[in-house]
Amino acid sequence: MTDEAQGFEIEAPAPLRRRQLRRLLDRRGLAIQIALLIVIAGLGYGAVFNAVQNLARAHVASGFGFWNNTAGFDISQTLIYYSASTSSFGRAFWVGLLNTLLVAAISIVLATVLGFAIGIARLSRNYLLARLAGVYVELVRNVPLLLQLLFWYNAVLKSLPELRDSLVLPGGSLLNSRGLFLPRPEFAPGFLAVVIALAAGVVAAIAWRALARRRRERSGVELPVFWPALALVCGLPLAAFVLAGLPLSFSFPVMGRFNVRGGLEILPEFAALTAALSLYTAAFIAEVVRAGVLSVSAGQSEAAHALGLRPAATLRLIVVPQAMRVIVPPLTSQYLNLIKNSTLAVAIGYPDLFQVFTGTVLNITGQAVEVVAITMAVYLTISLVTSFLMNLYARSTAVVER
Amino acid sequence: MKRLATAFCCALVMMLAIPAAHSQTLAAVKNRGELVCGANGTLAGFGLPDPQGNWTGFDVDFCRAIATAIFNNAGKVKFVPLTAKDRFTALQSGEIDVLSRNTSWTLSRDTSLGLDFAAITFFDGQGFMVRKSLKVSSALELNDAAVCVQQGTTSELNLADYFRTNHMGLKTVTFATGEEALKAYESGRCDAYTTDSSGLYGERLKLAQPNEHIVLPEIISKEPLSPVVRHGDNQWTDIVRWTHFIMVDAEELGVFKANVDEKLKSDNPEIRRLLGVEGQYGEALGLTNDWAYRIVKLVGNYGEVFERNVGQGSPLKIVRGLNALWTKGGLQYAPPVR
Repeated sequence: MTDEAQGFEIEAPAPLRRRQLRRLLDRRGLAIQIALLIVIAGLGYGAVFNAVQNLARAHVASGFGFWNNTAGFDISQTLIYYSASTSSFGRAFWVGLLNTLLVAAISIVLATVLGFAIGIARLSRNYLLARLAGVYVELVRNVPLLLQLLFWYNAVLKSLPELRDSLVLPGGSLLNSRGLFLPRPEFAPGFLAVVIALAAGVVAAIAWRALARRRRERSGVELPVFWPALALVCGLPLAAFVLAGLPLSFSFPVMGRFNVRGGLEILPEFAALTAALSLYTAAFIAEVVRAGVLSVSAGQSEAAHALGLRPAATLRLIVVPQAMRVIVPPLTSQYLNLIKNSTLAVAIGYPDLFQVFTGTVLNITGQAVEVVAITMAVYLTISLVTSFLMNLYARSTAVVER
Repeated sequence: MKRLATAFCCALVMMLAIPAAHSQTLAAVKNRGELVCGANGTLAGFGLPDPQGNWTGFDVDFCRAIATAIFNNAGKVKFVPLTAKDRFTALQSGEIDVLSRNTSWTLSRDTSLGLDFAAITFFDGQGFMVRKSLKVSSALELNDAAVCVQQGTTSELNLADYFRTNHMGLKTVTFATGEEALKAYESGRCDAYTTDSSGLYGERLKLAQPNEHIVLPEIISKEPLSPVVRHGDNQWTDIVRWTHFIMVDAEELGVFKANVDEKLKSDNPEIRRLLGVEGQYGEALGLTNDWAYRIVKLVGNYGEVFERNVGQGSPLKIVRGLNALWTKGGLQYAPPVR
């Protein structure tokens, strides 16, 4: 994979770029570059040509015609409509892709929050807290992810009660070895007002923050930001919710003979995969964060203290902004690893893209080349998009040289 | 990760390497000095290495029979354990010579995979296993049940069909290997476990408390299990197909491991042709004329292989049923050697 995909793209210093360009335009260099390009293109063409010929000779079906054929198999978790009898292999692909994105997105958020907390805890002056964080990092970082995944899956499964002895949690939720069943919110049409109020609240909070900032820069008077913002973001939707006549009801899970009916189902496979991915990646992120914070020289904090900034303000205004520049590139790498590691879902039967598409669909259609190529392209795209977004963020926090 | 690696390697091999072309499998096997056979590896009675690492089972013995026909040595086989998901790719890419791994013969597999099914060695059907404590006596009572199944099998497809046809709700939990699916069933993740009924008996023995589980009476599908070869090498297909046929013929003619030497002196022309005393039938296949004699002598006839691995001589105790000879009310019928 290229450096860019790994998220290590660091702006090359200008002289180096110019030197590369000069070497490219130099005649001998140009010839070498062209020759290399031809060799690579030739190899690529040879591989494709050879594959097509061999497939034809072996009478293996090829092409993408299978995409619209009926799938005929069931999937345990579907975020969009899917039916074994009518949906196509293409639909199964989207179901798998969404499941991958769901588990990756949730795990990235959890891993980031946990990773930052542990990374900071490791630098804490509280001896016990720092040691505990250290033990966590060393323990989790040094045990293979697959092993942790199986541990979580079997630990989650084995310790939960059977269906008949389901734990009834407060609020009408059920917990058993088949998963966690939450009441499913059913939105009445009036709920749209709440969503609009929430959006308005967020916009108003941002505007308030900008206003407070301008006031502070002009007059030095600090206006409170946090509490008013919270009031706007939470209060407005709440008011709208009451005014619209409480447009929300819940469908509660009910015990059937074999399974729980109704409600919102969280599969144990999903829970185990999310737990393993986020806990594992959090250990790496903690180290990245620790390195980032340590990279900010102590002189910066001392100077801030000398200027009279309180410790919290020092951390927020001086240390974190500088540490982020060091943290973001390796953090991107961790995110990409997490996304790719989500393919371990096959081991525990979570229907992610790899399990559904490269597993069942490949096997039914037998078209390994097409299916593997599509899967590779999809993971590459997800990784490149993630990398691109992180690079955008890195650029926005980069030092502006004057 | 190993599975991932295999799938990718197979795809790579298909892109870069040139697999053995037509009618070269026999020559390639002879050159190599051993047969490479794709087998199950985790299914008791069909393909499973014992604690000493010796492979045993019904499908395994079939590969030993092919090796015996070629090398006169039942040990010249290398077994490659394959999951249901990887088996066809392994055969297509030339990694194995023959796939003998409880594989159902279906039209789409026969036509779109570039593979050929040689002969039905075992007539099977899909069934369900449940806990006795569920107090279920028929698969039709499984409305809304969670069912554990192995990925990439006809079972996965039949399961969806059966529940849909009978207007029952279903929660499928799919695993890459049969072992993972069985483990999840045992830990209570699913109400039922489904696979071919022959497999159910084998898998049940692996559970901690086999007697707490029952196999339901319904057989919901036809599963004609057959060894598989690459399409286009007709000589090799013939060898694999006739390996099965002569084992069935031998049983029908009363030729056993124990009496095969004696039968060499038989006057019965059918037995004389079978054992290569008369005619050039083995050479026509590219083998030696005593190939069938070797198979019966070193591996046994169809009935012996059946009883030893999955029948009354095994812990599985599967009855012959559909797999009895046609003369005894079953479906096993082989064309004559002549």
